[in-house]
This record gives sequence, structure tokens and C-alpha cells, in this order.
Amino acid sequence: MSDVITRNQPLPVTIRGKQRLSVVDCDIHPQFASKDELLQFLPERWQDYMKTYGGLYRQALADTLSHPRMAPDVARNDAWPPKGPPGSDLAFMREQHLDANNIDHGMLMPLNRGPANQRNLDFGAALAHAVNDWQLHYWVNPEPRLHGSIVIAHDDAKAAVAEIELRAKDKSFSQIMMPPHSIEPLGRRKYWPVYEAAQACNLPISLHVSGVNGFASTGSGSPSYYIEEHHTNVRGMQGLITSMVLEGVFEQFPRLRIVLVEGGLAWAPALKWRLDKHWMRFRSEVPHLKRPPSEYVREHFWFTTQPLDEPDRDQDLAEVLELIGCERVMFSTDYPHWDFDDPRFVLGKLALSDEKKEMIFSGNAKKLYGLS
Amino acid sequence: MNDLANFSNASAIKLKPGIFGHPAIDCDVHIAVPSTEALMPYLDAYWYDAFRSRGINRTSFTMTGDAPNAPMAARPDWRPKDARPGSDLALLQKGALDGFGSSIAIANCIFGGVALHSEDIAAALCKAVNDWVTEQWLNKEPRLRASILVPLNSVELAIEEIERRASDKRFVQVLMLAMGHDLLGKRQHWPIYEAAQRHKLPINIHAGSLYHHPPMAGWGSFAYEDYVAQAFSFENQVLSLVSEGVFQKFPDLKFVLSESGVTWLPACLWRFNKTWRGVRPEIPWVKRIPGDIVRENIRLTLQPFDAPDHSGAVERFVDQMKSDRMLLFSTDFPHWHFEGTDALPVAASSALTKRMLLDNPLETYPRLRETLDISEVAA
Amino acid sequence: MTTSASLARTRHVVAHANEIKPGERKLVEIAGRPIALFNLNGEFFAIGDKCPHEAGSLCKGKLGSFADSDEPGKYRLTHLGEVIKCPWHGWEFDIRTGQSYCDPQQVRVRSYETGVAHGGDLLKGPYKAETFKVTVEEDYVVINL
Repeated sequence: MSDVITRNQPLPVTIRGKQRLSVVDCDIHPQFASKDELLQFLPERWQDYMKTYGGLYRQALADTLSHPRMAPDVARNDAWPPKGPPGSDLAFMREQHLDANNIDHGMLMPLNRGPANQRNLDFGAALAHAVNDWQLHYWVNPEPRLHGSIVIAHDDAKAAVAEIELRAKDKSFSQIMMPPHSIEPLGRRKYWPVYEAAQACNLPISLHVSGVNGFASTGSGSPSYYIEEHHTNVRGMQGLITSMVLEGVFEQFPRLRIVLVEGGLAWAPALKWRLDKHWMRFRSEVPHLKRPPSEYVREHFWFTTQPLDEPDRDQDLAEVLELIGCERVMFSTDYPHWDFDDPRFVLGKLALSDEKKEMIFSGNAKKLYGLS
Repeated sequence: MNDLANFSNASAIKLKPGIFGHPAIDCDVHIAVPSTEALMPYLDAYWYDAFRSRGINRTSFTMTGDAPNAPMAARPDWRPKDARPGSDLALLQKGALDGFGSSIAIANCIFGGVALHSEDIAAALCKAVNDWVTEQWLNKEPRLRASILVPLNSVELAIEEIERRASDKRFVQVLMLAMGHDLLGKRQHWPIYEAAQRHKLPINIHAGSLYHHPPMAGWGSFAYEDYVAQAFSFENQVLSLVSEGVFQKFPDLKFVLSESGVTWLPACLWRFNKTWRGVRPEIPWVKRIPGDIVRENIRLTLQPFDAPDHSGAVERFVDQMKSDRMLLFSTDFPHWHFEGTDALPVAASSALTKRMLLDNPLETYPRLRETLDISEVAA
Repeated sequence: MTTSASLARTRHVVAHANEIKPGERKLVEIAGRPIALFNLNGEFFAIGDKCPHEAGSLCKGKLGSFADSDEPGKYRLTHLGEVIKCPWHGWEFDIRTGQSYCDPQQVRVRSYETGVAHGGDLLKGPYKAETFKVTVEEDYVVINL
């Protein structure tokens, strides 16, 4: 029958043993040891606000997302330190992850408290500032392998720019971080001051899946299940690429560099084809674009590997990586979250030359972030 | 009104090879209501009066995502003078049917009336559109088949419309939009699927948006963006249909994704399969890996094909999906996605060509056979 | 422990039976192979500790049941307390057999079952954790390798 063309073999058992390759992990999540840990970094006015009102969100639930996850704290079951939640204990993180996996550099992705999700913009700005202080105090200062991300609440572009300018001189921070699920698509001019500041201080912007913008996560309403919601991260990334390219962000800010974290990457070639295909018909609507959209994508976007797309054949993944450009792909684990990727596993799945593997595991990130 | 009396076996269509060497069934062409005035004869007394007295008959019902003068809306040689693209039967006959030698073309009439919030007006307009399609298109061109336009905001009235059309075998599928109010896997839609499965009608999810939700995170600036974003919603619809268990409940039901693009699907399933391996207990009724369910129950029309032509992308899709049964030939007439007759992004001599042109459409749309003389197909 | 050299290669005493209470597990290592040992209501089962996916340690996973369903929206549990979930991605393995339930094998695409699967009839995946024969001899847990 024509329907069944091949039958796949089960995945091979993973390579074991100590991981020796130098690794830059572009996605590590630090967590508060206790829920009040951040208070010390907030001015009294916002401490009071936080204690009194908690926060004001664009969704019904104040302290959780609307799709319950499949594991407590979205975490690996083996990532719980002796005390506190996963990702809250530096010594434990060092032993379980940084040392064990030979992580030379880890990029912190603090999702804590979601400053950009706050409808009270001043509170959002105060939270962002506090989370940045907290990163320094608990993580970057005591552990030089870890690098901070400048968290901003980008809907108040002025406050966001001020926070970027305040932190940019501090080499403890390697990038700027904002959520992809924004109130307006990220290409819109409302956010351009942030891009201008990022370009001026030569920091990449990292977009890690997150953000509660008050809209359904699909163009057809909210999905029922977490398995569907998880997949809308792809749509989030596809949408922001489309928006940023079509709005002409990269014509305006030609040195801007964007890192996409935890959205996967196998969808990127098809998106680029689609953008280019329809550019032929819609060119008159976007006269500010000087080149085919795919060229802006190739030049300005970096993709992180986790959760690694797992086609049945490793060769299919290699083909995707080549289509994206191996110089634009960076390894990430998502430690300590449940869908963590082990570097040994990812290494085994990359049907690429040793040189390209090295680029993906460390070379590209070192170049992008100026690490040694 | 039409009925089967219009369609005796004597008038059954004979399949003849088209320009690609095999008989061809074009699974997505567009026809358009030229003006709401054209629907007036098909409204009942109440709505006729209401449309006149309220001026609704003067509303064009043009959809935001479907600007008729946009270049994509019609290829220059397929664009009628001073009329809506898709509103001219002679152009469709010349461009889509004769132009490709297609034996059959399945017409989708996406009328903006489905976007009205009153389910009663939406239903009245759907009924009028389907009557108009029957009289002005199906009765005039025996090679045409059509989709049943249903109100998207009322399950009951959608079923009523399906039942009204079911006896006319020239209606071969039910038409829904990629971006409606709720994801199509959700259980509220299931009575529609029960009726569709019973009548051997696939569900066509066609590109299009009611704009109840922004097509991406927030509202963008360009029609170009919205068009690209259609594929994102198709992806979410695939997740919804499988995760909700639609195919456990309706194993014989096929969903056809139209004007969806194609090349995004394999990567979508790599990820869906992977996530499912980890979070399976959330949807324990899904007992097989999602990619297998999609392979059996979901079909896609070919245009606009979203990879460089003749790049091997069709073959790669077939290889990665492990199926050559999923793609259905379409021109998407009168939309402008390719020049001349370059509608096949694969060599005409390919073994895939006949599957896409003929075998797959016949397998997907069981009702086609009932109005076809297929004696010569087997040969 | 036996003194016979030939037997020593195949039979390994890995614990005292009292050491692992019902519902508990222990990670043991035999000839460099990590093995997860489970006490299921007094019966012992051993499976290879490394998940065949990314090599997560199954011994650190949650032991639970198998979520099954007769139709969308209906949920029920089977294999109570007999399914280990990998601590990383949640892949599920039957600790009695090592069989995975996360990727039911299909040989032919067109011939799928529409009937309801119960208990032991569940479709099984192509992935399997290694299993080892476990016996209790004079209060010692013995793994045959």
C-alpha cells in the first residue's frame, strides 16, 4: 500500500558518560527560594502593593496559568533541591547541572513574577528592576558561569529603556529579555525604543516563551489542553518573526539581534518559504522591505535547540538546521524544567560535522554574547 | 430548487485526462457572490423585507482578510472586469476547468455573512448562498461541486443547513474557517461532525478569519501578516482536532485543510509527537501517536504551495509524512499563487501527480463517485 | 552471596528485602549498569535505570498509574502504582515489563484498532526499558543479570 512508505526504528539508546564538550546553555531558569525573596529588592511602596494586591493580570487566575502543567513547578522530578523549589538552590544547580554537564556559561532566563504581565506599568517596571537586582545578588555574583538577562516590562517603553541603560554597562548582563506573547505584535512601533536601546548598547534581545497578553493563544480561541497550549509557543515565535520582519524593524535597526528561546526551530524553514512566497503578492503593502523576508530572518534571528525537535530521522533535523543556518543555532537545556534536554542526547541527535556541533554547543553563543 | 432530479446517472461526469496527463479534480476554487442583491431572490419574506428596509442588501459583506483588489485576490488573467474575483462563471470555466482540463472542481463560496453575530441572519444568508450556488453555478456547470456554507456561530443551524443540502450529492463537504470563535476540536462542534460523517461529507477548514481573536499575539499591521498567520492557525487546529479526540469519536471523518500551505505540517508533527510522548495522560483517549492520526484523517489542498517550486519539497513532504495520500490538487482559482498552468510543484511525470490529481480527491470525497462515471478511471 | 564464580556473574544480591519497603525503590549498580529496583506490594521488579529517550534516571521518576480512557472526556486509571514516569519528559514504563506506553507501535497505518483497550490489551510502544529477573532468597533481593 502506498500509505506506508517506511517504518522507523525506535530511537537508539542515548550515549552515556560524562559530558566533555564545552557547553553554553542558553536557557537556565533561576527560581525564588521563597515567595517573598524578591521583596528585599522592591521599594517599600511596591512591597506594600505586592502584599496587598498581589498583581493585576490579563487573565482570570492571579497565581497560575490557565492550563495546568503536567509536573509540579513545570520541573524535572529529579531537580528538587533539599529545600525550596527547583532552580532555587545554586549549590544544587552547580552539582546537578553546571558541573555535571560541563556548562561553561549559562544564560539565566528569569521568568519570575512576569514583570511584563503586570497591567500596572509602574509595578511592572519595579518588578523588572528588582528581578535584575535579584539575579545579581543570588546568581551572577556568586557564580561567574551564570550570565544575567536584563528583564524589562516593555509595554512602558520609556521605563524599559531606562532599565536597559542602567544595566547595559554591567557585564554581568549579556542580553535583554522580554516575552513573545506581547499585547501588540513585537514588530509594532510601540516597542521600537526598546530595539533602539538594544542596538545602541549592542545587546541581543532574548525572547523566551512566556507572556500573558489577554488574547487567546490561537487565532481561533483558547485551546482546552496543555498539550495544545504548549504548541502555541511555536505560533508565538512564528508570529513575532513575521511581525518584526514585515514591520521593517531590521531596516530601522540593522544591527539588532534576536534570540528565540524554547520555541523550537524545525518550523522555521517553512515559515521562511511562506514569507517569501507571499511577499511576491504583498510587496506593495510593505514597500519598506528591501529584501526577501527570509534574508532578514537568516541575518537577525538566533534559535535555541530546546525542546529539540525530534523527527524520526536525525537527518531531517540536520536538514532543518542547515536551512536555518548552523551559525544561528545555539544549545539550550531549559534546566530545571520538565522538558530539559541533556547535552549528550542533543549531541547524539545532531547529524552534523564536528565543527558545526561545536558551533551549536558553544561557538555561536560565545560569539553572539562575547563570551570566552 | 435543485434536487437529485437534476442529476440523473445519465448526466454523470466522465473523467478525462487533463493537461497533466491524468484526469484532474481541482479541490479548491473560489466563487463569489457578486453583490448581496444577488442573494435577495433566495431569502424568505421576513429576511427579504428586513434586508430591504435595513439596507442590508447594500452591504458588500467583504471580509477584512479578503480585499478583492489585493493582488493575491485574483491573477490578472483570472480577474473579471469591474466585478468581484470569482464571480464570473465563464472565467472559472475558462481559467480553472478548461485551463487545466480538470474534470471536476470543488467550489468554495466564503461569504462574509458568516461573520454576523446574529446566528439567525448568518443562517439565512448561508441558506441563500447555498441556494444561489446551486442555481447559478452547479446547475449551469456540471463539472462543479460545492461546499456547504454553514453558520459558524450555531451548531443547530449548521446541522439544519447540512441536512437541507445532504440529498444533493453535488455538495461534497462542509465549509468552516481556520480562525473562528473556538478551536474546531472542541466538543461543542461535534454534532456537526456527526452529521457530516453520516452524510460522508468531509469538513473543509478553509483559510479565513472571523477576527474574534488576533491572528498572532496582538493585532498586526498588514494583510500580508494575517495571510501568513493562517498557517499558524491551521497548526493549532490540527492540535485541537487530535487532542480533543475528534478522530476517536469520528474515525471515518476527514478534515481537509484548504489554502493552508503544506510544508509546515511535518515539523508540526515532530513536535506534537514529542510532546505527546511526555504528556499523554492529559488526553488518554489519544492512544496512537498523533502523526498517525493526522496521516489518516487530515488532507491538505496544494495551493498556495509554500516552498520553492520543483525544490523537491513535495517529495520531502510525502517522505516525512510517510504518506502520498494527503495532498489534493488545487489551483485556488482565482487567487494568484502561480503563473500559467504551473500549479503542480512537482513533475507531471511523478507518481505523485496522479495521486494528487485524482486518487486522493476520490478517496477523500466519497460523494464525488456518486456523480461520476468512473468506469474509465479503473482502466 | 553465592561463592560459585559462574553463578556470581549472573546472580547479584543487591539489597536486604526489609531495606526496600512496599512502594519504595532503590537504585543499584551491577557491573557498571544502573538498575532501578522497585518493591510493588511485596513483589520486586528491576528495570534499567536509564530512560531510552534522553537517559533520565527512572529511579528518580514518579511511580503512578496508567491513565486510560474509553472515549474523549472519560478518564480512568489502570495499572495502579505500576507505571514509572521518567523524571524528565514523563515517558511512562510498566515496571513489570519495561514496556513503554508513550508511543504505541503501529505496523500498518490503515489497520488501527477502534475498539476499547483494557488493561493488558493496551497498545504498547516500541520503546522498552531493560528488565531483570528479581528473586528474594532468604530475605535478600537478588537480580539475575
